[in-house]
Amino acid sequence: MPRLSAAQRHPVRFRLNGEAVEGIAEPRMLLADFIRHELGRTGTHVGCEHGVCGACTVSIDGTMARSCLTLAAQVEGCEVRTVEGLAPEPGRLSVLQAAFRRHHALQCGFCTAGILMSLDVYLRAHPAPTEPEIREVLSGHLCRCTGYAPIVRAAMDAAAELSLSTRQEDVRYV
Amino acid sequence: MGLTATMTSSARSGPWIGRSPERVEDAALLTGNGRFIDDLGVRPGTLHAAILRSPHAHADILTIDTAAARAAPGVAAVVIGPDVKALTASLVVGVKAPVECWPIAVDRVRYVGEPVAVVVASDRYKAEDALDLIEVRYAPRPSVIDPLAAIAADAPILHDGFPHNVASDRRFRYGDPEAAFAAASHRIAIDIVYPRNSCTPIETYGVVAEYSVSDDAYDILANFQGPFSIHAVISRALKLPGNRVRLRTPPDSGGSFGVKQGVFPYIVLIAAAARIAGRPVKWIEDRLEHLCASSSATNRATTLAAAVDDEGRVLALDWDQVEDCGAHLRAPEPATLYRMHGNLTGAYDIRHMSVRNRVIVTNKTPTGLNRGFGGPQVYFALERLMQRIAVELDIDPLDVIRRNLVPGNAFPYRTASGALLDSGDYAETIELGAREGGLDELKARRAAARAEGRLYGIGYTAVVEPSVSNMGYLSTVLTPAERRRAGPKNGAQATATVSIDPVGAVSVHVASVPQGQGHRTVLAQVIADVFGVAPQDVRVNTEIDTAKDAWSIASGNYSSRFAAAVAGTAKLAADRIAVRLRRIAASHLNVEASEVAFGNGKVFSRDNPDNAMPFARLAALSHWSPGSLPDAAGQTIRETVFWTPEQLAAPDDADRINSSLCHGFIFDICGVEIDRATGEVRIDRYVTAHDCGTILHPGMVDGQIRGGFGQGFGAALLEEFAYGADGSFLTGTFADYLLPTSTELPEPVIVHMQTPSPFTPLGAKGVGEGNCMSTPVCIANAVADALGEKNIVLPLVPARIRALIAGEEPPAPVGGMTAPRAKKPGGRGLEGEGSADVGAPPQAVWDMLLDPATLQAVIPGCHGVEKISDTHFRAEVTLGIGPVKGRYRAEVKLFDLDAPRAVTLSGTADGALGYGAGEGRITLTPRDDGGTTVSYTYDAEIGGKVASIGGRLLDGAARVIIGQFFAALARHAGGGAPAAGAAGGLSGWLRRLFGGAR
Amino acid sequence: MKPAPFDYVQAETLDEALAVLAAEGSDARVIAGGQSLMPMLNMRLARPKVLIDVMRIGSLARVDDGGDRVVVGAGVRQAALLAWPRLAAKLPLIALALPWTGHAQTRSRGTICGSVAHADPSAEMPLCLIALDGEVHLRSARRRRVLPAGDYITGMMSTARDDDELIEAVAFRVRPGRGCGFREVARRHGDFAIAACAAIAHADGIRLAVAGVADRPELRDWPDLEGDALDDALNAFAYDLDARDDIHATARYRRDLVRQIGRDVIDEARRCRV
Repeated sequence: MPRLSAAQRHPVRFRLNGEAVEGIAEPRMLLADFIRHELGRTGTHVGCEHGVCGACTVSIDGTMARSCLTLAAQVEGCEVRTVEGLAPEPGRLSVLQAAFRRHHALQCGFCTAGILMSLDVYLRAHPAPTEPEIREVLSGHLCRCTGYAPIVRAAMDAAAELSLSTRQEDVRYV
Repeated sequence: MGLTATMTSSARSGPWIGRSPERVEDAALLTGNGRFIDDLGVRPGTLHAAILRSPHAHADILTIDTAAARAAPGVAAVVIGPDVKALTASLVVGVKAPVECWPIAVDRVRYVGEPVAVVVASDRYKAEDALDLIEVRYAPRPSVIDPLAAIAADAPILHDGFPHNVASDRRFRYGDPEAAFAAASHRIAIDIVYPRNSCTPIETYGVVAEYSVSDDAYDILANFQGPFSIHAVISRALKLPGNRVRLRTPPDSGGSFGVKQGVFPYIVLIAAAARIAGRPVKWIEDRLEHLCASSSATNRATTLAAAVDDEGRVLALDWDQVEDCGAHLRAPEPATLYRMHGNLTGAYDIRHMSVRNRVIVTNKTPTGLNRGFGGPQVYFALERLMQRIAVELDIDPLDVIRRNLVPGNAFPYRTASGALLDSGDYAETIELGAREGGLDELKARRAAARAEGRLYGIGYTAVVEPSVSNMGYLSTVLTPAERRRAGPKNGAQATATVSIDPVGAVSVHVASVPQGQGHRTVLAQVIADVFGVAPQDVRVNTEIDTAKDAWSIASGNYSSRFAAAVAGTAKLAADRIAVRLRRIAASHLNVEASEVAFGNGKVFSRDNPDNAMPFARLAALSHWSPGSLPDAAGQTIRETVFWTPEQLAAPDDADRINSSLCHGFIFDICGVEIDRATGEVRIDRYVTAHDCGTILHPGMVDGQIRGGFGQGFGAALLEEFAYGADGSFLTGTFADYLLPTSTELPEPVIVHMQTPSPFTPLGAKGVGEGNCMSTPVCIANAVADALGEKNIVLPLVPARIRALIAGEEPPAPVGGMTAPRAKKPGGRGLEGEGSADVGAPPQAVWDMLLDPATLQAVIPGCHGVEKISDTHFRAEVTLGIGPVKGRYRAEVKLFDLDAPRAVTLSGTADGALGYGAGEGRITLTPRDDGGTTVSYTYDAEIGGKVASIGGRLLDGAARVIIGQFFAALARHAGGGAPAAGAAGGLSGWLRRLFGGAR
Repeated sequence: MKPAPFDYVQAETLDEALAVLAAEGSDARVIAGGQSLMPMLNMRLARPKVLIDVMRIGSLARVDDGGDRVVVGAGVRQAALLAWPRLAAKLPLIALALPWTGHAQTRSRGTICGSVAHADPSAEMPLCLIALDGEVHLRSARRRRVLPAGDYITGMMSTARDDDELIEAVAFRVRPGRGCGFREVARRHGDFAIAACAAIAHADGIRLAVAGVADRPELRDWPDLEGDALDDALNAFAYDLDARDDIHATARYRRDLVRQIGRDVIDEARRCRV
């Protein structure tokens, strides 16, 4: 790849929630800012910009990643997933999302997108997690509203439900 | 199935209130479709602001050079204090005093993080680039951080209008406390300091503002949370009547916990910047700004004494509270201190009390609303005291609580200082909590643990949780005479509007500004019950637009007023429409109005349910055929209710104040075990029993309790805004200001009892803040019990606990290389010493130290040394370790020259990453081999950004950088071996640097 | 809180990365997982002129099991090493310590070599590298050299890397039969260690390495000390580390942890010595 000059904006292309997307960015632009303000997918939130709070967590090539600690240019050609890609279709919730709603696992909802992304990645690889394992994964996220307990319950409940079905059952809302 | 299914498939009749339907808010939030302030679009051409902030705790601003920043790419404006002062008026200060308060520093900075300049540019990245180009020269002043030090005679003064840094000093007397103390057999007292912390929402502040020249009006969007009394403060500061300051809130807000009240100075600042830039300006606070400079709860030093009889019964209290509000007394402070004024006797029947309340300013971030608001500070003193009474009189602590409770048959109960405790049965809640929470089992575990020599303790707290603040409580800070002059302040207007559209669909609007509490869901439940429809048929809007909506000064989301006041007011509005609908329905169904009932989407005759019509058809009539409605039925289109409870009277001439409308009760039990080796506290069980009156949505009530518990747990064990003695701020990141995570935070056992409030429309009381009040002190009481310790200081960090139990430290080995250093009293924080052997005689080394050319070669990253005089040098240097580098302007002066033996260097360095100041003594000792041993000691302080975000590494970094200098000096002088056996870490560092084997 | 401007090179070959480093020297900074560097960029603590991303260089993304040593390439993420099936058998100390490094969300991006390059005095991977007599493989356009870990890390976030060099790999010695133990005390799980202790028990004695206390990980080798002799050795080590106070812990507390946790991990290491 040629050297990208600091003084210019350069095209960045990758797949976002299964769709090819493209935008332009200075080399220094954070992935979080690119997704939100260039591509207009504002579901991913920015809480600390130093990698601690976890609100901006997305999936890059199937792994959890802080989008505030990733440059847009770094995901060129990657497969990125965000909270907007979790629901199977408009008007439906994924099993995990539905479990969150059922268990009141969110209040203000600001940190929720990142938590959902971590759990979505984790549960795909670990279909039968223990509660300490879920708490361990969640320890990379800060939530100020819920005290975490309902999030843990929602995650465990979703894992149980997912293990019962071979495909992601979905849930209607609205 | 989702919400639809949950709400409609439930065939069971009965009210929606009291059930826990899924929240209407969640589908959007779970799918990334929330609408938080930074998710919303802005007008084309909107500019973005970044703020330059003070690295100093206290300094005069000598000059601000913005020329380079103004010329930077994309920059539209650079705004500094005098620009803002020219366009605005000082923010209202919370007490009557000749003191000004600006949203940006004018001539002087008084806390680390105080805004100094605002850059407005085409995007945030470019705005931050330009911040780096602004040159500010400061003349530091002495600072004061501790509130008790601030009132000392020789303390530095922050504001001339606050003599001795005291903004207010009031004394209160209720009953006959002197007689009670004189008669009591015991006087038991406790001194406490409550630390600074904040409930830190995960979404930071945000403001979008624009100014219309043609309308002479501001349009502002901000994630402000209320109280909207602050709107008056904002419009006054912007020098316009309120009807020209339109303030709107976004649909979603990412948590607040009181903290987002503190966005208001930035509303004024960004509005002024937008006016100067002539374009809309958007500012989203970043996390470093938020931790350093948004707002915080007050820290407080309290001495509390009790007159106690032999049975542990408290006859009188004597409070002395010193409240630290930080550098400015911003509205509504000193409200943190007075919010609890009616509740200074807590849950106890204590008739005599004296109080001294002092409000102090110090060089820290100004304080503001924070969940619990005054409760944590008051209850930490009161409940620690109750535990001490038990210990000192050898009574079970729970018995001391029981013996002092307000009796169950005494409600409504007027406290000594004026609160009217509305309802409850405190003793019953305690028995319930103890039973359901398994207190006997916990006691058995404690006994078993202690038998094995483990450290196990149990703590209790009994807490009255006030909610729905009286807008007049703050006037208690004034004397009765001053209050008479100012006019009475009281009440708390709640507003709600219910409207019905032409197809009979119901909408609700309230000015409650939630930040995640689920207000829309609860209001849908409440209104659905009134009209007999399903909750999903009711649309709720909780945004506020001061230009269009019904609101008042009490509007907003604070003092846990939603369930008790706002939800009830919405019901009152719906009830008014329902009365008219009944009258109209009566004529259509040909029955008496009193026989009309609502249910299942229909309006029907109670006696003959088949005689019915659809609710929507009836509800729409007022739109389509108002002329054919019964006379005097009135419209059913829209009803707005303003409700203010009569119990919220102004303070009386004896300074009695019913500071809040309703009072929940909480009884907590905490069992802890402490690891002897590490001092770590493990919560074995936490039980919290609540009586918050009628519960509207059990799921949400438990959510509030768990969330508050999490923040109380954080305050007890993890969280503190730490400041250095020099006023530097040390907890500027989430790696330093530590929030509880899922691996630390246990789940509390929640127990409920419901005693409805007679004063609120739905019988509900607030529940949002209680555990922020009860949990910190309950954990502290448990730790006190485990350790048998009186002086418990929050946060209970392991090092602090370990210090209480560790005993004498094993001595350093005899002849060992190092002994632990004692910090020098009055030292600046970073101290060190070291030595290096240089292959040149002392005179040669001496000459090098005084020669600019040599210094330039020796000082790491030096871009040039300018000799001002023989003993005064100026240099531009790039300093850093690893990838961390910053450019600094350094000044060095030499004192106490003793050629060629010793010299003292005193210097400062200023740069974008912060500043440093220090003094070092260098001693040159000739060596047998003709070389010189250069020994040095230093004492330095470092402040600004590097201190606030790199505190963990500062000490080591200073050692590395100072070491670089001497290593280079040694190299320049022809190399040499580091001195062996010298004290201090640097010698080790030098040894490694020179390749010495480990 | 946005980074200052920089050029960006996504190197596809090692030579490409080395050429930029040779040309730019200290103005360039290598980025791998970015979990330490990116916060510094966002806070503008670091302002390189050019960032060289090495994560697309296929040859660096390898774990080579060379029998008596395991060589971990610069592109190997912490999560990848943690998931390496032979980790517990080959490098049991790493298997114990790696879960303490950050959180799942940072291990998934952060690399082993990046952590070593950063040389944070509290970090687990530099500690393990020193405890296991590891080596750092440095590469520049002009040379290739291998430094013992103890020579590589010179102080707090300071290393012997020259400006034109990058870490190509780190190598851990594999020594079957040795017992190991690891424990860390931090304010919260995943935080920077207040003290982290790694112990090795081998046929001739014991080794204790400590991070989070001195400016860099430090170690001591002792014969198989027991009882008071071990306590005295731990005490002397604790003092030698020259602990300092910070907002999270006092120097005394750190010394206490070295004495107490140090002993615990030595016992643990001895229990699993073959």
